[in-house]
Amino acid sequence: MEVLLSGLLMLLDWQVLAALLIGSIGGVVIGAIPGVGPAVAIAILLPATFALPPLVGLTMLLGIYGSSMYGGALPAILINTPGTAVNALTTYDGYPMTQRGEARRALTLAYSASFTGGLISILCLIALAPLLALIAPHFGSREIFLAALLGIILVVLAHRGQVMAAGMLACFGIFLNTIGLEPVQYTMRYTFGQDWLTSGVDLIVVVLGLFAISQAFLLLVDRDDSPHPQPVTGSMFQGLRELWAHRRVAGAGSGFGVTMGMIPGVGEFTAQFMSYTYAQKSSKAPDDFGKGSPEGLVASESANNAVPGAAMIPLLALGIPGEALTAMMLSVFYVHNVIPGPQLFQGSMDFVMALYLALLVLNVIVLGFLLVSTNLLIKVIQIPTRFLGILILTLSFVGVYSLRNSVTDCLIAAGFGVFGVVLKRLNLPVVPIILGMVLGGIMEVRLRAAMARVETPLDFVNRPIAAIIFGLILLVIALHIRTLIRERRAEHPPQDHELHDTQQR
Amino acid sequence: MARLRTLQDLFKRYRRPGDLVFAAAFLAFALFLAANLGTQVAWTSGGKLVAQPAFWPLVSILGMVLFAALHFLGSLCSERIHGRWQEVWFWLRSVEYAAWFMAYVLLVPWLGYLPSTVIFCAALALRAAYPPKMIGWAALSGVAVVVIFKAFLQVRVPGGEVYEYLPAALRSFMLTYL
Repeated sequence: MEVLLSGLLMLLDWQVLAALLIGSIGGVVIGAIPGVGPAVAIAILLPATFALPPLVGLTMLLGIYGSSMYGGALPAILINTPGTAVNALTTYDGYPMTQRGEARRALTLAYSASFTGGLISILCLIALAPLLALIAPHFGSREIFLAALLGIILVVLAHRGQVMAAGMLACFGIFLNTIGLEPVQYTMRYTFGQDWLTSGVDLIVVVLGLFAISQAFLLLVDRDDSPHPQPVTGSMFQGLRELWAHRRVAGAGSGFGVTMGMIPGVGEFTAQFMSYTYAQKSSKAPDDFGKGSPEGLVASESANNAVPGAAMIPLLALGIPGEALTAMMLSVFYVHNVIPGPQLFQGSMDFVMALYLALLVLNVIVLGFLLVSTNLLIKVIQIPTRFLGILILTLSFVGVYSLRNSVTDCLIAAGFGVFGVVLKRLNLPVVPIILGMVLGGIMEVRLRAAMARVETPLDFVNRPIAAIIFGLILLVIALHIRTLIRERRAEHPPQDHELHDTQQR
Repeated sequence: MARLRTLQDLFKRYRRPGDLVFAAAFLAFALFLAANLGTQVAWTSGGKLVAQPAFWPLVSILGMVLFAALHFLGSLCSERIHGRWQEVWFWLRSVEYAAWFMAYVLLVPWLGYLPSTVIFCAALALRAAYPPKMIGWAALSGVAVVVIFKAFLQVRVPGGEVYEYLPAALRSFMLTYL
């Protein structure tokens, strides 16, 4: 209770509250614009937060991270285009409801389901905090190495049908992290005698190139488009009560979101799908799913919004990001000299609580903002795509150049921008590269530290937590092989769809 | 729901035109890196394998070669999707905007952040075939970006060389805020 109060006091600083407000509302607006997304916004704003105090900078970016999915539901429901990639499933039932003239009902259901998901995940975080503080110190180098390895394996295997591509891109990410002067024995790795490669490839430069600049290039090269959704009429508050009728689905969706969010490399898509499948199987009207079922909408939105809060668990407790956004958040933490991991839970629990409470407050701010400003946000959706491309490119310059005023960084970012265009057009995942870079660095340091105390390979897993994680790695691989065999036997005809399209990731 | 049936289905990604070109290029890149393993990383005497500076480059490059080879084989054995070279042309068209971006980067230290951004936004809007009204909006957006990031958030973007020719008071203002 004392830490909770201490965290609350930290949050009550006017700068933190202002950052929270800007981040939350900015996140909703950014989420509502198809083609931008939180990754682009965080990447661009990251250097702008360098000069701010740690909690202020982190709260602003956390606000964007936690609120963008709320905004992403708006175009998903109104124009059948998800604002962020994880709102794709929302289009399945949200847009048919709009076509039936129930746009307002769909939006309020989506907002309230998202709010429930966000709220439940943060309450779980707060409730789990003492347990995490107890367990986190038992994670030594070998446990963190194994958890990072599990994260890499999960992120590769999660890209079904593209496992080979995800594998080669994750390895590419690990390779990128090794370039430059190696910090232990001071030898050069893959610099080809070039001075500009000595300091390595900066994660933020790669993130900006792959997410922001590539998106700008895509929008500029593609034909110009400007959607025109119909304004929503009537009070937005009326529909809020309806969620109570779907409380079982919202609760289950939030549960799936929290569980999947905690597992590195899994994230929103799996949570949403499990929630959606559960809702359909337990529904009295399963045939309505995909044709405008309110239950389907609630299942999707409650699950995806429960993930950001839960994804903070491995990030804060172990310093292991589970997906691209938390990987970026990790670099934000490092920049502000806050090192996530067991020490943070032991020494700065009030700081962790302040972050949790910030997540809680942002959900309230966002819900209030959305209920009064939906029609204003509809105008934002109408920005022509090429114009958006110009804006993103201009903002990307600030992001890259302000890091260290380096033309070389800009050139590398532009190169990754073109590479990102190729990946997005081929529907290949960008996330494994980012996670490869971050988790590769963690694995290198932790494995070296762990091996100092390991005599035989068996010593590596002779502690309970290490043995459990190692068992999970074997289980995940075994389950993947079993699924492959089952799929081959079942011989389902291939179905192409855009649900997992990486255009905005 | 007919579009989405199983958890496996959710995670499937399908090939797009140009996949073979990318797969071949990536494999060639991975092989190039592998061929340089002998010269671009050092092996120190003594110490465990995992503590060697060469260990992680070796692991990652071998992983790249293995996965890239399997991905290439997969692409080679798959049915050809038409539109391969149109797709490659689309990729190459993005290089033009990379050049625009780099021109902007080179212009900023010389002309200053505000003038360069306004020119860049307006010129790109012209290139995007927007009417004069939108070009004006683009220029105005450029001003807004500079004011927000340089004046308010104080990001580190140096002043332009041409600012030196401005009167002292204005020069100081421009260097600090724009």
